[in-house]
Amino acid sequence: MEIIQSAQPLYTVAVSLLAIILIGLSGNKDPNLRESWTILAAIIKFFMVVSMIPQILDSKVIEYSLITLLPGLEIKFRVDALALTFATTASFLWIITSFYSIGYMRTLKEHAQTRYFMCFAGAMAGAIGVAFSANLFTLFLFYETITFCTFPLVAHSEKPDAIKGARKYIVYLLGTSLAFQLFAIFLTYNVAGTLEFSNQGILAGKASNALLTVIFILFIAGVGKAAMMPLHAWLPAAMVAPGPVSALLHAVAVVKVGVFTVVKVILHVFGIDLLSQLGLGTCLAYFASFTIIVASVIALRQDNLKACLAYSTISQLSYIVLGVALLAPSGITGSILHITMHAFAKITLFFTAGTIYLVTHKTRISELAGIGKQMPFTMSAFAVASLSMIGIPPLGGFLSKWFLAIGSIEAKQIPIIIVLATSSILNASYFLPIVHAAFFKEPHYAKHQSPKPKQNMLEAPALVLIPLMITAIGTLVLFLWPSLFLDLARIVVAGVTGEN
Amino acid sequence: MTLTESLPILVIIIPLISAIIIPLIGRIDKSIAFAFVISANFLSFIISISLLNTVMETGRISYWLGGWEPPWGIEYVVDYLSGFVLVIVSFIAFIISVYAKKSVEMEVEGEKILPFYSIYMLLVTGFMGMIITGDIFNLYVFIEISALAGYALIAIGKKRAALIASYNYLVLGTIGATFILLGIGYLYMATGTLNMADLRERLPMLYDSKVVLTAFAFITVGLSLKLALFPFHIWLPNVYNHAPSVVSALMAATSAKVIAYVLVRIMFSVFTMKFDLEVVPVTKILLFLSVIAIIAGSVLAIAQTNIKRMLAYSSIGQIGYIVLGIAISNQLSMTGSLIHLLNHALMKGTLFLVVGAVVYKTGMEDISSLKGMGKKMPFTMAAFTIGALSMIGVPLTVGFVSKWYLALGALKAGMWFLVFIILVSSLLNAVYFWRVIEGIYFHQKPKVRSQKSTTKDSIESLKPEIQNQDDAPVGMLIPTLILAGLCIVFGIAAFIPVSVVTPIVNMLLEV
Amino acid sequence: MIELILGKYNYWVYITLMMIGFYAMIEKENLIKKIIGMNIFQTAVFLFYISIAKVKGGTAPILWEKEGIPYDNPIPHVLILTAIVVSVSTTAVALALIIRIFKEYGTIEEDKILIMSEVSGKQDSTENSKFLSSTSLLQKGE
Repeated sequence: MEIIQSAQPLYTVAVSLLAIILIGLSGNKDPNLRESWTILAAIIKFFMVVSMIPQILDSKVIEYSLITLLPGLEIKFRVDALALTFATTASFLWIITSFYSIGYMRTLKEHAQTRYFMCFAGAMAGAIGVAFSANLFTLFLFYETITFCTFPLVAHSEKPDAIKGARKYIVYLLGTSLAFQLFAIFLTYNVAGTLEFSNQGILAGKASNALLTVIFILFIAGVGKAAMMPLHAWLPAAMVAPGPVSALLHAVAVVKVGVFTVVKVILHVFGIDLLSQLGLGTCLAYFASFTIIVASVIALRQDNLKACLAYSTISQLSYIVLGVALLAPSGITGSILHITMHAFAKITLFFTAGTIYLVTHKTRISELAGIGKQMPFTMSAFAVASLSMIGIPPLGGFLSKWFLAIGSIEAKQIPIIIVLATSSILNASYFLPIVHAAFFKEPHYAKHQSPKPKQNMLEAPALVLIPLMITAIGTLVLFLWPSLFLDLARIVVAGVTGEN
Repeated sequence: MTLTESLPILVIIIPLISAIIIPLIGRIDKSIAFAFVISANFLSFIISISLLNTVMETGRISYWLGGWEPPWGIEYVVDYLSGFVLVIVSFIAFIISVYAKKSVEMEVEGEKILPFYSIYMLLVTGFMGMIITGDIFNLYVFIEISALAGYALIAIGKKRAALIASYNYLVLGTIGATFILLGIGYLYMATGTLNMADLRERLPMLYDSKVVLTAFAFITVGLSLKLALFPFHIWLPNVYNHAPSVVSALMAATSAKVIAYVLVRIMFSVFTMKFDLEVVPVTKILLFLSVIAIIAGSVLAIAQTNIKRMLAYSSIGQIGYIVLGIAISNQLSMTGSLIHLLNHALMKGTLFLVVGAVVYKTGMEDISSLKGMGKKMPFTMAAFTIGALSMIGVPLTVGFVSKWYLALGALKAGMWFLVFIILVSSLLNAVYFWRVIEGIYFHQKPKVRSQKSTTKDSIESLKPEIQNQDDAPVGMLIPTLILAGLCIVFGIAAFIPVSVVTPIVNMLLEV
Repeated sequence: MIELILGKYNYWVYITLMMIGFYAMIEKENLIKKIIGMNIFQTAVFLFYISIAKVKGGTAPILWEKEGIPYDNPIPHVLILTAIVVSVSTTAVALALIIRIFKEYGTIEEDKILIMSEVSGKQDSTENSKFLSSTSLLQKGE
């Protein structure tokens, strides 16, 4: 494996940090200039990420060490296939979300937009930073950056319920990371003498099985962002945030960072050999299965659309954890694919939820009857994304589920297949009724609301509509041309299984 | 004797002389007196730096007061440890003296301003003397100088509650100091010497002696009282709460550090590791107390509504951190402890200076008075945020560095539960600081029933709260921002202070 | 036992004095009495210092013409001179504080002051006034 020393990862992270300053300087005086910084940074960032793809596909690794704070505490970036999968997804979706945000925020005439866009950029810097981190310290650093940057986004409206939700959000995320993740990092450093990620893991043979198990549990409990039950309650609470924030939280910045961290810990801190020897992978897989099923069942019972989607996210995140925890090549491939597939589908769903709120101020599923006629484009996107979530070809969600299923056979964990199947059925049973109601039911109006309003097209502004169409189409494109992500996943798998 | 050789004494002489001169100069012009205070502090800061520099190059500096050879004469010693603490204290004293002008003018009555600065310099003299002296009785004298100056400074403000706080501190402080005096007496009785280096040589053969044990017990208890280590902390919250902001800042940032330094000196320079570990289980006792201090300080801080009081309780917890590292007494934890001397001085300095600025602007100290301040005083509040994040221990701030070393030290010593304590405490810190940060940025300013609204026409009071930027004056802002900036600089470039601290630890632990 | 008590009577004296002083500092409500206690407390330590300087059969440490006359150790005496100065200063500061406390609160009984500061503390929080103008309360005081 060839290592290239290049500062490009640093620049990629720094683009958004620079954007924060520029956005802050532009301020409220010139909103157009301010937004152009956001867009510009997003596009530059995406192209910087993409420009690294050829080298990575060539089985090279890009490294850059910024500064060593203390022995063991180094801010260091490393771009490998896993990092790039996540970074490509995240930076692409940032562009889309930026446009959507501008449309959404301007239509609603939200306050404190400068703060909003600054924090948005900060969260993205954090997400890419996590993706590119070469050691646990760097990862932890950017992990916390995201927590702090997204708090103002969640609390954006500054109303009591927003503050309350945001408080729950910070308590869960900061609390778990400070109490458990940091503890695990201390222990890891104490045991291994390094925090550097490695394909073989850094903990093998360094400590007793009991201690390793403790470290593992602390890590899993410490990544609150992965929203594994019972540490999931922050995610529904964070639904008080504006639409684009929810989209960003769920598809890119926060929860994906969480599962990405779990993947990193499993593959690059423990290593699959050590975990399978300890038998912890299987435990985690069943633990994740529990979350998958229970969260789906809870999602069934939600009437608030965003809450329903939130529980769906909780369930889907555990797919990713599950796949890696199987410790089988196809399972890992499925997980890595699912990061991207779920991102596209879920961001579409949240965009549509946001758009529905934007246009009609409706938030409840029961109010959505007949809305498909008013907002055909939005609801078509919703339908496409739901089908992808359920895992129906020819949409992206099918691919990742396929690999996950093969992975569970490889790992000889047949019950997992049943879990996957059950969950798909559950997914179908909470998504399809929404789609059905939206397109085929007549809206029922309260009696006093007569005369019946006309069934005009009520579509959202283009700046809102186009992004969600793009992501919906994206789920289709990803099914038809998944080769980039498959190749990246293959390199990751080859790396961690040592079959190079 | 050249000037360079007399630098150790100059560190004390400069603040001492200026304490006397300030009232005289002030008769001519108050602003000259203020400039004089700043330049005197700056000078002693520069001297401290050069002393530390010399020590790093050539090793221990010994200055014989009046030319009398130790152990008969009084010796002033600058080694790695005292050089390091000298720099911290003189730097903080300098920064705060720059900050002081406006704040003091507001919180102290006009005719007391000159005495204020005079006593301020006396306090600094006391601190510097405690750090630099190599004679244990001289140490007692300097402890009392700084304590007396402290009592006066606390009581000098306009608040009458400060008088009671100062009085209670005086009573408890005197008990502590008298204990120390008694302990020194016993040491002298056993060894016949007062020089610290000499004591170190003579004491090991007397470790079985009950006299030495008694001496050690009295000194440690006395110092713990001065340090406000749990359960001797009761005087501290009132003092920090009611003293003028500048005094709270200075005391929070330096006073406890200097006493902690003295504790380290006594435990590791006068006595040795062997004594602390084998003869008396002092490290165990300190460990126990510091753990309680960390938890109790943080929990009590949560319950406070006054911001100065909250910070005071948080200080009690942070003092616990420092003592914790000393109590674990391995290389990593000692590094954490000593570096926390610097780090906590920076963080708490920042926070108290911010509070001082808020009091200057609004006259209020309630946590609720910070609501909505993010828009009004953006720079000051940014400094507060940095300080608070440091206290929580977020990476890239100084707080993380201390925590890193302390936790690793605890793990190295096989004491897992201590890591747990450290992390729980940072969670608790997060709780009470986050509450404030949230108020600053995400709450609207509460409707204050100002006195205008009752007397004047109500139209004026109905006007929306002015959201214009109205930050602290530059003279207050810059020192605050410098301290806040250093919280980050030393959080990132942590290797700089660590490179200074490492030889100290090696010296203390005789590695 | 007798020997322990009589032979080391100087220690017993200082411990007794010290405890008397300590008791007064902790227990007395009157601020002046506390300071008196503090003085006793400190004096006890001074006595301790002076008594340990005593050499059996020794005389004042003055240079005699005759050689070989035992004399007391002068260093503790000198040390305690410094400590006395410190003690006097502390007393002075404490008394100054008490005078101001009396001016502000109109009493030097600790329990009454505590009640008064609690009352004013409540006023503080309700009125949000920054610093209580102390003079107004002085007139109200007893």
